[in-house]
Amino acid sequence: MKRKLMGWAFAATTSLIAATAATAGTLDDVKAKGFVQCGVSQGLIGFSNPDEQNNWTGLDVDFCRAVAAAVFNDPQKVKFTPLTAKDRFTALQSGEVDILSRNTTWTMGRDTSLGLKFAGVTYYDGQGFMVKSSLGVDSALKLSGAAVCTQTGTTTELNLADYFKSNNMDYKVVAFEKNEEVLAAYQDGRCDVFTTDQSGLYADKLKFATPDEHVVLPEIISKEPLGPVVRQGDDAWFNVVKWTYFALLNSEELGVTTANVGEMMTSANPEIQRLLGAKNADGTAAGFGTGIGLSEEWVVQIIKAVGNYGEIFERNVGLNTPLKIARGKNALWTAGGLQYAPPIR
Amino acid sequence: MSAFDDTRTPRVPFWNDPRTRSIAVQLIMVVALVAVGYELYVNASANLAKLGKTFGFDFWDKSAGFDISQSLIPYTSSSSYGTAIIVGFWNTLLIACFGILFATLIGFTVGIMRLSKNWLISRIATVYVETIRNIPLLLQIFIWYGAVLKPLPGPKQALNVGGFYLSNRGLNMPAPIFEGAAWMGLAGLVGGIVGAILLRRWARARQLATGEAFPYISVGFALIVFMPFLGLLLAGWPVTWDVPVLGAFQLSGGVTVNPEFIALLIALSVYTASFIAEIVRAGIQAVSHGQTEAAGALGLRQSSITRLVTIPQAMRIIIPPLASQYLNLTKNSSLAVAIAYPDLVAMGGTVLNQTGKAIEIVLIWMIVYLSLSLLTSSFMNWYNSRMKLVER
Repeated sequence: MKRKLMGWAFAATTSLIAATAATAGTLDDVKAKGFVQCGVSQGLIGFSNPDEQNNWTGLDVDFCRAVAAAVFNDPQKVKFTPLTAKDRFTALQSGEVDILSRNTTWTMGRDTSLGLKFAGVTYYDGQGFMVKSSLGVDSALKLSGAAVCTQTGTTTELNLADYFKSNNMDYKVVAFEKNEEVLAAYQDGRCDVFTTDQSGLYADKLKFATPDEHVVLPEIISKEPLGPVVRQGDDAWFNVVKWTYFALLNSEELGVTTANVGEMMTSANPEIQRLLGAKNADGTAAGFGTGIGLSEEWVVQIIKAVGNYGEIFERNVGLNTPLKIARGKNALWTAGGLQYAPPIR
Repeated sequence: MSAFDDTRTPRVPFWNDPRTRSIAVQLIMVVALVAVGYELYVNASANLAKLGKTFGFDFWDKSAGFDISQSLIPYTSSSSYGTAIIVGFWNTLLIACFGILFATLIGFTVGIMRLSKNWLISRIATVYVETIRNIPLLLQIFIWYGAVLKPLPGPKQALNVGGFYLSNRGLNMPAPIFEGAAWMGLAGLVGGIVGAILLRRWARARQLATGEAFPYISVGFALIVFMPFLGLLLAGWPVTWDVPVLGAFQLSGGVTVNPEFIALLIALSVYTASFIAEIVRAGIQAVSHGQTEAAGALGLRQSSITRLVTIPQAMRIIIPPLASQYLNLTKNSSLAVAIAYPDLVAMGGTVLNQTGKAIEIVLIWMIVYLSLSLLTSSFMNWYNSRMKLVER
């Protein structure tokens, strides 16, 4: 009996010590286990959505694939963990996922008090409202007294409270944990209004049986910069994720696409040479791939796998997709948008 | 000398001495426990430090920023996180109290139905028990939520029965507003309760003395119901009603019972009642048949036999497992989060998401549920010892 008890105590203690020790650096951990664990939504068309074969697609998904391509030269080396809005940060903090790419809004509170770091803004969004057309409401300012369905643990929930308060309007919130529950309740008539990021409104509208009976109101009541998140205090991994995002933008800016990345390798443009890690005549590389712990051709790997930012956008949410979203604020800075990356030099 | 002693009382080697052994085992257990606790502490604080987070409850007073659909205490989006958690706590308590009440009522009814000699009634009870307790509770909560929301009309077509409006926004009821001398009503209520207790005492004494029974239960109940009305009438009826009115979107005013609360209450009480029914049936069947026969031989009516002979003896068997069903119901109420009922777990989860204070929130959850459970079980233990067979 005594021996058994001691055995258990010993096992328990050693496993705890092991748990403490196994936290070298996320990049090394990821390389060692052979895949990137990516936290995504539970289904948001255009951003992260699984099909019948559990193949994930979307802008947020492609970002994780880009990171996997940068690390492993294989966009399939990603495992996806669907997370609720409420559980997403805990999953990242506890190490259950390596990166959270789940239409998550960058705020000061999240950046400073949750032990997390936002690596960039892959989609500039804003919060909107959707109502049934039969209500005859044409402005969010006419929503006083309405019941509003939303998801708990989101900035949406907070903006909603601020918006109604600052406009001296009365409302009743019904906050669910999962997005499907919000949609079901809205369609069952529990609420008059459904609110989330505007891209989400358009995406979720596609799931309705009768999308034409719902309208998105013109008001955008908040700034929702959505982007990938990593744990604080792991600069190497933070750099990999941040510069994967910048590489996608720089590639679009320099005209590097999946189709032409092969020819671009031999480009005479020094900017492109640095971006793609082309070898100089003396065999030294122009880029910084090894500097952030990857191969020199990490950007080539990314572009071959998922394309540049523009390609990812058009493929998942662009005008030729069911979502039909124009680039708008998400155009490059050179085209009047907000997407801007520091130079690779 | 010592050699002589050794032969007289053969010394057991100390490692085979049961007393040393027991002390050693306990010591090792304590050391191991402390080591595990220390390791947990070190591990948690190291991981927190790595993420640049601290342990503490300083978030408690910070402004929450979100609204809550149902609150028993004053709450706005500028209230603190602490208030939000307390709102959740009261909501948990509310659903637990109502759930326990209804589960007990349904459970006792179905349990007694199962023993009915009427084939149809006992079969209905059996089907109820076997169906309900074999379907996962979470599923039942979703089903009831759908059943509450889907068939009910929108707020503009709400079913109106005597000022009560039922729609997919819940049940809107007129709320009484008491003014001025309304304390007379409260005095009437207190008077009614005291009167009922005195009446019971008098009726029992009279029955012991003369053998004549007095229907003190129904009369006492009538006292409790009518005395407050009498008090209010004497005060000149200082009551006005806050009636629900249809606004642009939904009914406002009066008291609103949210559909989430209704669905959760039905699901929890129906589910727990199926277990209580079995406990009640087992308890009643455990009372020896001789007891009922003896009561019959004394000339008691069937209803009196059940009330005076069977149930009191069955209660001794029923109460302990009943207590654990009450605990289950309270803890199961945390599934509320699935249908947007703002209970303790839902509110704590939202606060956790915003503040990142995982350890603190989980601690609050554990302490609250533990205290609720301990409170319930100590009350049930007290009740059990009261109902226990008193040996003379």
